[in-house]
Amino acid sequence: MREPTSLAGRQLSFSKAINEALTVAMEADRNVICYGLGTDDPKGIFGTTLGLQEKFGEARVFDMPLSENAMTGVAIGCALNGVLPVMCHQRLDFFLLAMDQLVNNAAKWFYMFDGQCSVPITIRLILGRGWGQGPTHSQNLQAWFAHIPGLKVVMPSSPEDAKGLLLASIFDPNPVLFIEHRWLHNMVGDVPEGDFRSPIGPLRVAREGSDITIVSMSYMTIEALHAATYLQTRGISCEVLDLRCVNPIDWPAIFASVEKTGKLLTLDTGAATGSIAGEVIARVAMERMSSLRCAPARLAMPDVPEPTSFGMTEGFYVRAGDIATKILCMMGKEQGDVMASLPEPTPHDVPGAWFTGPF
Amino acid sequence: MTPAIAQQLLFSMKRIRHVEEEISRRYAEQAMRCPVHLCSGQEAVSAAAGLALRKDDFAVSGHRAHGHYLGKGGDLRKMLAEIYGKKTGCAGGRGGSMHLIDESVGFKGSTAIVGNTIPVGVGLGYSIKLSGTDQVSCIFLGDGAVETGVFYESLNFAAVKKLPVLFLCENNLYSVYSPLNVRQPVGRDIFKLAQAIGVNATQGDGNDAAAVYHQIAAAVADIRAGNGPQFIEFSVYRWREHCGPGFDNDIGYRSEQEYLHHRQLEPVQRLQDKLRQENILLPADIAAFDLAIQEETDAAFRFAIDSPFPSRTDAFAKIYA
Repeated sequence: MREPTSLAGRQLSFSKAINEALTVAMEADRNVICYGLGTDDPKGIFGTTLGLQEKFGEARVFDMPLSENAMTGVAIGCALNGVLPVMCHQRLDFFLLAMDQLVNNAAKWFYMFDGQCSVPITIRLILGRGWGQGPTHSQNLQAWFAHIPGLKVVMPSSPEDAKGLLLASIFDPNPVLFIEHRWLHNMVGDVPEGDFRSPIGPLRVAREGSDITIVSMSYMTIEALHAATYLQTRGISCEVLDLRCVNPIDWPAIFASVEKTGKLLTLDTGAATGSIAGEVIARVAMERMSSLRCAPARLAMPDVPEPTSFGMTEGFYVRAGDIATKILCMMGKEQGDVMASLPEPTPHDVPGAWFTGPF
Repeated sequence: MTPAIAQQLLFSMKRIRHVEEEISRRYAEQAMRCPVHLCSGQEAVSAAAGLALRKDDFAVSGHRAHGHYLGKGGDLRKMLAEIYGKKTGCAGGRGGSMHLIDESVGFKGSTAIVGNTIPVGVGLGYSIKLSGTDQVSCIFLGDGAVETGVFYESLNFAAVKKLPVLFLCENNLYSVYSPLNVRQPVGRDIFKLAQAIGVNATQGDGNDAAAVYHQIAAAVADIRAGNGPQFIEFSVYRWREHCGPGFDNDIGYRSEQEYLHHRQLEPVQRLQDKLRQENILLPADIAAFDLAIQEETDAAFRFAIDSPFPSRTDAFAKIYA
């Protein structure tokens, strides 16, 4: 949903941008390897790894046993001897089997061995949502990972950032969790060519505004931009900050925006309790309380597992209409035609009508 | 085994034993303020593996790693300083006894979660395969690690990719205070599990140091020749308590009788007697070993004790590379 900046721009889908980043990385450095379940299967992890094995060979690009924990340890061991592994998981939920290797080893190694050796691994996690994927194919646990010192957690929302941040992640000397939202894979936008890297850390001002700061990440940025477009028609100017990374978080940019607007709404793709959205509110309240002219608010998923049924997920997700409604409330304005102008899409459980399942 | 290797093997075992016993003796001073898991009685595998491997081969280990570290050539002074939490320690005092490292001799790290360096060692093996060298990655593990899921996952991957990995399992019969028979079926051999996964696997007497050396050296040669991973299970016994400097036969999880039986199998004295009988060593040589070890160890403890602690601000450094 990146605003078109130039007609001459080269347009790629988010998944093609990922594929291009992997290709560029593997061409740039023969130490880069890429593996994960389905890496070389006919679907190529939603198209993101298609063609890589043909280009770079079976030693560098390979499928793997269903051993998420061991294969994370394998990545760590490889990294300790100069390899730059990129590991891919078709759902974040599958990677939960690897928490020991991630938390006890990858996140700790550099610190506990006094900085003698780092673990430059990149772990791609895909967030599921909708189409009845249900409780174990839809978990957005970025706050868990951000909570662990020593990890970096990247969550792009545009094709340009998908490429730039993945390249930066692969060549970052630390363990990086690179979290892709399934509803973004088919989004098209401008993507620079070549070895284009975006620094891990700075957020992206997705839309400038003066009345309220919206802090979001990943797919929620898309909904925030829809809401902001509508709110402009109601005379409200929203500043949309796309975090891009949830560890580290770009606090100076958030504080500067809140100082300008005096209002804060935070969005999260995960459950509300213990969320990144909550953390942003906590830090702003502690350090910029005097800038706030009304109570900050957050919109996140309810604290329940995501249900499977089409009936149960109706109205379940935070959409642009919910965001706009919350902001109108914070501004002391009537709801007006907000829900008519920003209805939940039909069907509500897919990123677009073109999506006909099953993934 | 040449006389020279036999002598080195005995020296390495005696050195490990002396260091462990000296840690035990000094632990009550409250200056080593971290858990220690001593390997007295289990020296043969550490020393033999260190001699059978090259300096540029890799090794990883778990929480009971002092012997593995010293056997592979790790720096004694830095190990003791690490246990004392000092800045001069092998991990700058951040790791303690359970997190040892000496990159200069290929000791790539030990960690405190049972089983969790097994896949790291396999990953080192994959990196060796990618780089095309003839190095070997050695993984020290215990019988408890065999019960973790990651053990099977790791062996499977090593087998499917024919990786240059040596799995050395020291079966000392206990995981903390849980005996083997509450953890694994009686009569099932650990090495046969590895065999069933497709890894060449054998068993050996971990108290017969000369045999241990031959078995490991043969396995290393086979791995270096490109024949894929090997697994060896050695029967050993943990003399001292699971964690700490003392003995714990009085707390009721193992019998004094069992303990005394295993003490008699004594790997260090056994090798020393053998080398004496074969006239590979004279009493004067042994006395010289003892003196050298004593002097080195005393100096290393002095170094550790006299070294400065890291500062409070060091705790907030080196979170990211």
